Amino acid sequence: MALLEIKDLTVSYGMIAALKGISFEVEKGEIVALIGANGAGKTTTLHTISGLLKPKSGQILYKGNDISKVPGHKIVQMGMAHVPEGRRVFPDMTVAQNLSMGAYTRRNKKEIADNLANVYEQFPRLCERQNQLAGTLSGGEQQMLAMGRALMSQPEIILMDEPSMGLSPLLVNEIFSIIEKVHQNGVTVLLVEQNAKKALSIADRAYVLETGNVIMEGKASDLLNDEKIHKAYLGE
Amino acid sequence: MKDENKKSKMLSIVKEKKASDISTYIIVATAWAVFEILIANGMISSHMKGLLVPMVYYAIAAVGLNLCVGILGELSIGHAGFMCVGAFTSVMFSNIFAETFPAPVRFFLAMMCGIAFAALFGFLIGIPVLRLNGDYLAIVTLAFGEIIKNVINALYLGYDKEGVHASLSAPVVLDAETGKMLINGPLGVTGTPRDANFSVSIVVLLISLFIVQNLMKSRDGRAIMAIRDNRIAAESIGINVTKFKIYAFTISAAIAGAAGVLFGHSISTLQSTSGNFGYNISILILVYVVLGGIGNIKGSIIAAAVLYLLPELLRGLSSYRMLIYSIVLIVMMLFNWAPSVRDFRSSMWMKIRRRKEN
Repeated sequence: MALLEIKDLTVSYGMIAALKGISFEVEKGEIVALIGANGAGKTTTLHTISGLLKPKSGQILYKGNDISKVPGHKIVQMGMAHVPEGRRVFPDMTVAQNLSMGAYTRRNKKEIADNLANVYEQFPRLCERQNQLAGTLSGGEQQMLAMGRALMSQPEIILMDEPSMGLSPLLVNEIFSIIEKVHQNGVTVLLVEQNAKKALSIADRAYVLETGNVIMEGKASDLLNDEKIHKAYLGE
Repeated sequence: MKDENKKSKMLSIVKEKKASDISTYIIVATAWAVFEILIANGMISSHMKGLLVPMVYYAIAAVGLNLCVGILGELSIGHAGFMCVGAFTSVMFSNIFAETFPAPVRFFLAMMCGIAFAALFGFLIGIPVLRLNGDYLAIVTLAFGEIIKNVINALYLGYDKEGVHASLSAPVVLDAETGKMLINGPLGVTGTPRDANFSVSIVVLLISLFIVQNLMKSRDGRAIMAIRDNRIAAESIGINVTKFKIYAFTISAAIAGAAGVLFGHSISTLQSTSGNFGYNISILILVYVVLGGIGNIKGSIIAAAVLYLLPELLRGLSSYRMLIYSIVLIVMMLFNWAPSVRDFRSSMWMKIRRRKEN
């Protein structure tokens, strides 16, 4: 049984169908990438899985249970964390306060402290800037903070929405190596990216979305060498 | 070296916040002491004395509204409506049980009654409206305030041995011996015991301050502020957005209700007129909140006190009164919100602090 299984999911904004019946699955311990151009439905997919949007039809099975009607705040408690697009940190709180907000669903103080130590270990930059207001961090640091905050809920699976958005190539490399590290610590990752080359280079498997449909799927290494993908998304 | 400077600056900001909480209580207590001394020595006119209770209940309403506008980040322009609900329900309670309880107990129960009804209305309005994002709350509360004011203004309510009589069109006829009129349409409620005085009002203000300031520091308060700062991020870390919005809005309405209870018990005849509970009053409270600083509880209290007393103190200047009042409004707005003034203020603070350290 897959950890996360999406079946015939359709989502629409009013009259406009954003997802027209997509299906895919994520096995435990994988990194799965969803790639595609603007408007393909990548962010919509993530928002629907994490409960921010309600699907029109279809199923979202998480550990075998349908979570398509569960409200977003309960899904976090079930072990699924979501790093939203565009580095949504709380600008007027310090880095440490942002991280402790990430543990909002957890009550065990010792676990929270352990998680915090873990996050600081993985993101030394955040440790240095514990008491700085999050709004004054650089773009890359804010992305790290958003990821660290998601990790504070001790998730089994983490959904990442465009972590490379608006970052310099050097920082993109750093962020991706952190994603790999997170994965090595046993967290399953569902990654949405426009930077297809980077995403495919760290993912196990990938799905290609186009205007609300899955048009291709396969091993990331195969897709990386596929001619059609090369032309459409890797710009060669 | 640079980082360390930053760190100590941040820590001092945290400390400053705590100190600012306590200083708010001190300001209120000092104001109470000063006015009590002035009253005891007969140094205050009876006209001025009559302004003290309204000043405090508008400050309470401003604290309540600041919870909604500043902490929760939702605009409400119907807080006078919650005051109206709190005032009328509590005044009716006091009239019905005028002889049953001794005055302090009766007033306490009337206060609870007014707060409960205001909170109930806040809760009921919050359920549908706070699920939405945007300015819907402002529109709905504006309508609520006007509707509740007009309905009570048209309501005739009384009881006798046959039960409760209510009408929205004509005065109700009651049994002459056992009947008791509660709300007499536009004439309102008369003969209320005047239980609210300046000291009681100050106590209610301190309690609402205590509730709001502690809420801001609590886990729930951080969740509420997280929703204000970024709804999607708040939801993505597992905060039940709708629940906390309704929670904060209900408390805000309840505090406005407490202000209404003081309003109702500071005068013997309470009428539901525009001058008492119209949208102008809602806007007035909003002005206190905005000029005192959105999210700044201490500021709301100071702004309410200054801006409430000012037009009354300027009465001697007759036609120049509103001119001076509006100039003060503009100056306060600039002082609080103009970027260059804010920079200047923070640099002055830094200078003062450095001098203290040396």
